Amino acid sequence: MAFDDVSFTVAPGEVFGFLGPNGAGKTTTVRTLGTLIAPTSGSASVAGIPLTSNNGPEIRQRIAIMPENPGLYKRLTVVENLQLFAGLYGQRNPGPRIGEALESVNLTARAHDLCGNLSKGLRQRVGLARALLNEPAVMFLDEPTSGLDPVAAHEVLDLINGLRQRGVTVFLTTHRLDEAERLCDRVAILNTTLRSVGRPDELRERLFSRSLVVETLAPLPAPDAVFGPTTGVESWRPEGPSSYVLTVDDPRNIAPHVTRALVSAGADVVSITESQHSLEDVYLQLINDDPEAAAR
Amino acid sequence: MKFSVGRMTAVLRKELREYRRSPFIIGTMAVLPLVFLVEPLVIIFRIGPTVGAVAVDRAVSSTFLLLLVAPALLPAVIAAYSVVGEREQGTLEPLLTTPLRREELLLGKALGVVVPAVGMGYILFAVIQLCARLFATNPLVVSALGQGPHILAEILFAPLLAGWSIWVGIGISARASDVRVAQQLGTLSSLPPLAVVALVSFNVFTPSVTLAVVFAVILLVADIVLFRIVSALFDRERLITGAGAQRAPAGGGAVTAPGQVRRIPRVGGSDDGRGNP
Repeated sequence: MAFDDVSFTVAPGEVFGFLGPNGAGKTTTVRTLGTLIAPTSGSASVAGIPLTSNNGPEIRQRIAIMPENPGLYKRLTVVENLQLFAGLYGQRNPGPRIGEALESVNLTARAHDLCGNLSKGLRQRVGLARALLNEPAVMFLDEPTSGLDPVAAHEVLDLINGLRQRGVTVFLTTHRLDEAERLCDRVAILNTTLRSVGRPDELRERLFSRSLVVETLAPLPAPDAVFGPTTGVESWRPEGPSSYVLTVDDPRNIAPHVTRALVSAGADVVSITESQHSLEDVYLQLINDDPEAAAR
Repeated sequence: MKFSVGRMTAVLRKELREYRRSPFIIGTMAVLPLVFLVEPLVIIFRIGPTVGAVAVDRAVSSTFLLLLVAPALLPAVIAAYSVVGEREQGTLEPLLTTPLRREELLLGKALGVVVPAVGMGYILFAVIQLCARLFATNPLVVSALGQGPHILAEILFAPLLAGWSIWVGIGISARASDVRVAQQLGTLSSLPPLAVVALVSFNVFTPSVTLAVVFAVILLVADIVLFRIVSALFDRERLITGAGAQRAPAGGGAVTAPGQVRRIPRVGGSDDGRGNP
């Protein structure tokens, strides 16, 4: 079974990240929602249409899927590739729509180039232009920056941001957690079963206690006497010779109390900062703490 | 959503554009007709002015057979590439993500092969007729080539034989995992109906308008049945994942309740779609 016990809702206009290790079932989920694979059980609605075997063409008319490999006809020009897909979406006079799609990915000048002669980054852009042709309500992007150099990846990410501004719901499958953190309103972490769904900051808060990192010029002679009575400090632990991690509820409001306590104790404060956990920390925590996945 | 001629035409246009730029297909389309043109011309020009009517008729009949081999053989090679080739290029999945129905895809692809193959068959036939009228030394050759049943058979059998080859080729292509294997099998499978044509050409059956029509109807029925079989063989899921479709039971099977999400204990909560746990 590729995935099981997965349930979530994506709001219109949202950029939703779908994260998980290789073999977690991300691509299968996208293919199932895109009506390419029939589910063995369960139910779903895509773009407001129930996912049934009869509704496949109707759903596919309202969505766009860009697979990891854009799959362009290399012997056809960019515009010929787009003409084919405009025809498949039933557009009778596709010229203006194709022009708009090419303009939105900055490819107007390359419209008559053979796709076989384009770089990988440009092909990804053609794939995005193709996905824009039917003005989809939902766009599924599977690893859109895979194999791209940083500049090309940055361009693709800007284009995805542009989609958000156009009100397109984006379902983004990616391995790049920094990308997901930058782009996504919410993320889901999948490892065959759904591990969690939420905003990146919300997941951080749920998984990691908030803390302040205090660094002093010299080790404190009695740190417990300094941090123990300070308002809002739940616990503390040393991290290095003159560095301490304090578990707190509200770092922003507790930091002044800690500063005052340190100054009263005669300590030379170098820095007091809020400890930051990345989406990567969240991801690793969830994936590593998955006993079922470990047993598989 | 109903069958759309527009979507089928989009596939047909793409196929023809790809053929035009494919050295393999252009080469095959250029070489095969030459091969099948030279042999009939040699047969016709070797018929001397004194050869009798029976011998002329036998020679001309074998010419008709050769003329029908081209529209039967050429589509097999191209059709066998059609689905597995798309799969190898990575272009099949994007196609299947559109509202395109499998019947529209299959008919678009079939028309893309049948148009050049049958067109080529008719052009060959016209060239032979013209050469016979201009250069044949025996006047019986022209009259043998102009027999109604032969002309009718050529006109009817070329698209129908091409149809057989195309559906067999696409059927094999939809199931094969390798282009070369698909093309070899496709070429072999295009040959059986030619045996029937050979029986007529070699006068095992006496050619007549009725016989030509009967064989044409049989081939037409076979083509329609093959189209249905190939449509059934075209399994989106298998083509994308390599595994057969496992359909959900009627009614959708076991349903996961919305909002029911497996989480590790610390994460907890539900998802209402607005980011509110």
